[in-house]
Amino acid sequence: MGIYGNPNIPILSIVTYIPLIGALFIAFFYNRENANAIKRTALAVAVIDFLVSVPLWIAFDAKKAGVENFQFREQWSWIPSLGVQYHFAIDGIALLLILLTTLTGCIAIYSSFDAINHRQKEYYVLLLLLQTGMIGTFCALDFFLFYVFWEVMLVPMYFIIGIWGGARKLYAAIKFFLYTLAGSVLMLLSILALYFFNDGGIPFLNIKGLGNTPTFDVLQYHNIGHLIPPSLQFWIFLGFFFGFAIKVPMFPFHTWLPDAHVEAPTAGSVILAAVLLKMGTYGFIRFALPILPDGTKQLLPVIVALAIIGIIYGALVSLVQKDMKKLVAYSSVSHLGFVMLGMFALNPMGIQGSVLQMINHGISTGALFLLVGIIYERRHTRLISEYGGLAKQMPMYATLFLIAALSSMGLPALNGFIGEFTILLGAANRNIWWAVFAAVGIVLGAAYLLWLYQRVFWGPLDNPKNQNLLDVNRRELITLLPLVACMIWIGIAPGIFFETIDEPVKYLVQKVDPGYYNKPVLAVAPVEAAAGTAAVVAEGAR
Amino acid sequence: MVNPWLLLLVPLLPALGAAINGFRAFWWPKTPKNRAITNAIAIGSTALSALLAAYSVLSYVRGGTEHAFQHVYYSWIPAGIGQVTGGFISNFGIDFAFRLDPLSCTMLLIVTWVGCLIHIYATGYMSHDTGYTRFFTYLNLFMFMMLLLVLGANYMVMFVGWEGVGLCSYLLIGFYYDKNFAAEAGKKAFIANRVGDFGFILGIFLIFNTFGTSDYGRVFAQITAHGHAYAGVATAICLLLFVGACGKSAQIPLYVWLPDAMAGPTPVSALIHAATMVTAGVYMVVRSNALFRLSPTAMAVVAIIGAVTAIFAASIGLVQNDIKKVLAYSTVSQLGFMFLAAGVGAFTAAIFHVMTHAFFKACLFLGAGSVIHGCGGEQDMRKMGGLREYMPKTHATMLLATIAISGIPPLAGFFSKDEILGNAFGYSIPLWLIAVVAATFTAFYMFRLYYMTFRGKYRGAHVEGIEESEPKHAGHDLIGSHTHLDQGDQHSDKGHGHHDDVHLPHESPASMTGVLWILAILSVIGGLVGFPTGLFGGAKETIFQRWLEPILVPIGDHHFHFHEASKSTEVVLILVSIGVAVFGIALARRWYFSDPSWSTPKRLGTNFSFIHQVLENKYYVDEIYNATAIGGTVKLARALSWFDANILDGLVNLVRHITVIVLGHGSSMFDKYVVDGAVNGVGAGAREGSSALRRMQSGFVQNYALVMGGGIVLLAAVYMFTKA
Repeated sequence: MGIYGNPNIPILSIVTYIPLIGALFIAFFYNRENANAIKRTALAVAVIDFLVSVPLWIAFDAKKAGVENFQFREQWSWIPSLGVQYHFAIDGIALLLILLTTLTGCIAIYSSFDAINHRQKEYYVLLLLLQTGMIGTFCALDFFLFYVFWEVMLVPMYFIIGIWGGARKLYAAIKFFLYTLAGSVLMLLSILALYFFNDGGIPFLNIKGLGNTPTFDVLQYHNIGHLIPPSLQFWIFLGFFFGFAIKVPMFPFHTWLPDAHVEAPTAGSVILAAVLLKMGTYGFIRFALPILPDGTKQLLPVIVALAIIGIIYGALVSLVQKDMKKLVAYSSVSHLGFVMLGMFALNPMGIQGSVLQMINHGISTGALFLLVGIIYERRHTRLISEYGGLAKQMPMYATLFLIAALSSMGLPALNGFIGEFTILLGAANRNIWWAVFAAVGIVLGAAYLLWLYQRVFWGPLDNPKNQNLLDVNRRELITLLPLVACMIWIGIAPGIFFETIDEPVKYLVQKVDPGYYNKPVLAVAPVEAAAGTAAVVAEGAR
Repeated sequence: MVNPWLLLLVPLLPALGAAINGFRAFWWPKTPKNRAITNAIAIGSTALSALLAAYSVLSYVRGGTEHAFQHVYYSWIPAGIGQVTGGFISNFGIDFAFRLDPLSCTMLLIVTWVGCLIHIYATGYMSHDTGYTRFFTYLNLFMFMMLLLVLGANYMVMFVGWEGVGLCSYLLIGFYYDKNFAAEAGKKAFIANRVGDFGFILGIFLIFNTFGTSDYGRVFAQITAHGHAYAGVATAICLLLFVGACGKSAQIPLYVWLPDAMAGPTPVSALIHAATMVTAGVYMVVRSNALFRLSPTAMAVVAIIGAVTAIFAASIGLVQNDIKKVLAYSTVSQLGFMFLAAGVGAFTAAIFHVMTHAFFKACLFLGAGSVIHGCGGEQDMRKMGGLREYMPKTHATMLLATIAISGIPPLAGFFSKDEILGNAFGYSIPLWLIAVVAATFTAFYMFRLYYMTFRGKYRGAHVEGIEESEPKHAGHDLIGSHTHLDQGDQHSDKGHGHHDDVHLPHESPASMTGVLWILAILSVIGGLVGFPTGLFGGAKETIFQRWLEPILVPIGDHHFHFHEASKSTEVVLILVSIGVAVFGIALARRWYFSDPSWSTPKRLGTNFSFIHQVLENKYYVDEIYNATAIGGTVKLARALSWFDANILDGLVNLVRHITVIVLGHGSSMFDKYVVDGAVNGVGAGAREGSSALRRMQSGFVQNYALVMGGGIVLLAAVYMFTKA
C-alpha cells in the first residue's frame, strides 16, 4: 500500500488520467482498420484503471472524521491570480462513486465489442475520455477544476449519443446537451456568487464580501457557507438546484432522459444511468447542502415534493411504456426520486441510504440496460409486444433479468432494498408522510417490473422470430456477473459500504443541521428490568 | 444451551441446497440419475435442517423457556443515529440476529417438518416434470426464506423472509410460466403482497420512530417498562402491520391472490399456500401481541376482518367445483378463524390453529394432489366420484383430515376451533355467531368435497351431461402426468391432462401416500396438546397455552390472562360447536350422497340463481378490483404518460423554439453558431447517412466551442465587471 499512502505519488491523478492516456495512445498509434486491437487496448486500459482504483478503498481510512476524511490529497496552485488550484481529494462518498465509475467503465467497453461496428476508433477514444471526465469530477475539490471536468464530461457523451445512437439520435443528443448546458450556466453563476462573496462582495447587488483571498477551494466554502445571509443562500442554492436537478434528473426536468437513454447505444445508457446521473446528486451532497444549510432548508419542501412526485410519476409512466428501454429510463426517474428524498431527509439514515442508492441504481439499472441491449442486439427491437415466453428459449438470460429486476424493485437481501429501506427509514424519521407517499413507489416498482417480466419472459413462446434466439454468451455473462455479484453482496453484507460513508455523512449532517447529534440518547429499558418475565433477552453465546 | 451456529445452519442448509440445485438446473442434463441427485440435495438439506431444528428446540427447552434465546450474527444495516419521539436519539442499526422462544420454536418445527414431508411427497408428484430441478430449487429457497421469517430476532429480518417467501410464491405459482394464467396469477400474488408490505414497512418505520429499534426484545422490554405510554401510536403501528398480514395471509380485502395461486403445482399449494407461508401474517400478529394488546381498536379490527373473511370465503367455498379451489377458499376461511382468535386476544389459540391447520390442510391438499394425479390431471369434482375404490389410501387419509377440519372431537381441528369459538364468545356474541355459521359452512363444503370426490360412482371423462369445464383463467394445476407413474416416460407439463384415452384412476406411489399417512395421523392426534384439561378438573390452562405463555409479555404491571369461561358455558359452547359440525356433515351427506342426482343443490341453484351466481363468481371481487383500483391505476398511468410526452416535453420543445426564434433575430453571432448548429444537426438527422455524419460533427463542435467559450467569457466578464 506504500504507493497509496505516499503523498508524493498523485494517485488520484493517476486514476483519473490513465483513461486519457489510453485514449491518446489509441488515437495516435492505432490504425482505424485495426478494430480488434483498439477494442482490446481500450478494455485493457479500463481494466487497469479499475485495478488501480480498487486499492484506494483498502488504503482509505474510513475512520477519519470531518475534513480529514478527504484523503489522497493533491493540492497545487494552478492560476494564482484567480485563486484557482489543482485540488484533488476524495472522501468515502467520492471513493465509492469512483469505484462505480471504473467498474462500469470496463463493463461498458466490453459490452460494446459486438454492438459497435462503425467508427470504432472514435468510439473507444470517446468512452475513455468520458471516463477521465467522470473520475475527475468526483476527485475535484476546486470549483474551477470541477467545472472543467463537468464540461469535459459532456462532450464525449454528446458524441456517443449523436453518432452511435438510434433513429432520433441527433434530437436526443442536442436535447441532452442544451438541457445540461442550461443547468451548467446557472450552476456557474452560483459558483461565481460564492466566489465573490468570499472575496470582495457583489457591489451592484449590494452584497458585502468577506474580503478573503479569492479562492475556488470547495472546502473553504464548506467553512464559510453559514456566514452567507439566508436570502443570498436561497438564490445561490437555486442556481445549484437547476444545474444539478436537471442532471439528476428531477421531475419536471427529466424529459431529456428518456430520449437520451432510448437513443444512446447500450454502453452509453449504462454509463449515463450508472454515473452521469449521479453527478447531479453528488453535486447536491458535495456543494449545495454543506455550503448552503439555510438555502437547503428554504427549498427543502419544494425539493421533497418534487422528489416524491418523481417517485410516483416515474413509476406510473414506466407502467405503460411499450419500449423496454424507455421503461427502464423512466424507472430511473423514480429511483433518483428516492435518492433525492433520502438526501433531503437531512439525517444520517436518509443520506447514507441516498449515497448507497446512487451506487445501487448504477448497478441495477446498469444491469437492466445491458440486458435490454443483449436482446436488442439479437432482435433489433425493444418493443415489449414483440416478445413473450423468452424464459423457455433463454433461461439464463431470463434468470439474470429476474435478478436485476428484483434488485431494482427493492427485494430484501438484494442491494436495492438496503438503499430504499434506509432512505425511507430516514424520510419516515423526519416526517412519516414522506415515507407513506414514497412507499407507493415500491408497490408500483413491483408492478411495472413484474408486468414487464411477465410480458417478455412468461406466457407462450409464440412469436416465430423469438424461437431461435441464443442465450447469453460468455462475453455477455462476464459483463453481467460482476453486477449480479454486487447486488447480492450489498444486499447481504452492506456493512463495509456504510462504514465507508459513515464519516462523510456525519460531516454533512453536522454542516446542515449542527445540533443533530447533541440530543440525549434514548435509554432503552434495560432488559434486566423485566427480570422474571418473558421479555428478557438472554444474551447469545458470543 | 442452544448452539447459535447449528441454529444458523437450519435456514442455511436449504439455501445451500437451492444454490447447488439452481446451478445444476442450468448446466446438468435432465437424466434420471441427475434427478436422484436433485432429490438427495433437496431432501437431504431439508431433512438435515429439520433435525437440526429439532435439536435446537430441544436444547432451548432444556435450558428453560421463560427467557428467549437471541444471537446476533453480524451488524446487517448500520443505518446511523435517528430521532425518537420525545427528543431522544437512538442507534437505528439493524442486526442479523435470530431468536428462539416458544413461538419461533413452534413455527420452526412446523415449517421444517411439514416442509420436509412435502419435499418427499413432491419427488413423487413432480417426477415427470422437465422443470424438476428448478422446482426443488425454488422449494428449497422457500424453506430458507420462511425460516428467516420465523427465526429473525427483529422486524427487519422477518421482513426479509416475508418478502422472500413472496418471491418464492411468485416463482412457484408461475412455475408453468408458459401458461398465461399461471403467469398472471404469479404476478397478481406478488403485487397483492406488495400492497400489504407497503403497510408492513410503514409499520416498521413507526416502530423505529417510537422505540428506536426493531429488535423484538428491546421493543417488548420498553412496552413492559413504559406500558400504556405507547397506546396512541400502537393503534397506528398495529393497523399498518395488519395491512401486511392481510396481504400475506389472504384476508379481506387482499385475499384475491390466494385462490388464483392454485395455478402452482399442488405440493406448493400445500406447503406455501396452506401450511406455512400464508400463516406468516398470523405469526406476525401473535409475535407483536404486546403492541396489539395496547390497542383495543386494532384488536377489534383484526377480529372483525378475521370473522368476516372466515364466513365470506366459506360461503364461496360452498359452490366451487374445482377441488383445489374449494381447499383454497377453505384456507382463506381458516386463516380468518386464526385472525379472529388473535383479535379476541386468544393468541395461543391462533397459533394452535396454525399448527393443526398445517397438519390437516397439508394433508387435504396433498390428498387432492394425489386425486388429481390419479385422475390424470382432472380437478373438477363433478368428473370424479367413487374414488374410494381406486385410491383407498388417499381416501382414508383425506377422510381423516376432512373430519379433523370439520371439528369433530377428538381430532385436531376440533380443539383449536373450539378454543377460538369459546374466546370469541367471551369477546362478542355477534362475532361468535358469524364464526359458528362459518364453521357450519366448513363442515358442509368439506364433506361435499368428500362425497363428490370419493363416494358415489366414478363419473370420469366420458360421463355425459356435465358441461366441459375448461377453466376460464386460473386455478388449474398443470400436472404433467399423462401416464401412469410406473411407465416412467418423460412427459412434461404439456397442458392439464385432458386426454383422449380413458383410463381409470389409480393410487399414487408410496412416496406420496406415506406422507399422507403421517399428516393424517398428525391431524388426528395433533390437537391433544390443546386438550381442555380445565373441564375435567385438571390445570386451567392447556399444555399448549402454558408452552406459549412466555411470549405474552406483561404491559406495565398488567400480566396476560387467559380467557376463562364458566364450566357450564364452556360445555354448552363445545356442544354447539360439535352440533353445527354434525349438522353441516349431515346436510352434505343428504344432498350429495344420499341423493346421487344432487337434485336439492341443483334446485337451489336454479331457484336462487342470483345468489348462486354471486357465490360462483366469488362476489365479483376480481371484476370490481380490475375495474377500479387496477384499471384506475393504468388509466392514470396512461394519462401521465401522455402528459409527459406531449405537455411536459412539449413545453421543453416550445422553450427551445422560442429561444431559437428570439435569439435568431436578436444576435447574428448566436444565430450563426447555435441555431445553425442545431438546425444543421436536426436536418442531418432527417437525412442521415454517411455524408450527414460529417456535417453533423462540425455542427456539434461549433456548439461545444460556444458552450465552453461562453462559460469562460461569462466568467471573465463577471469577474472584471465586479472587480471594477
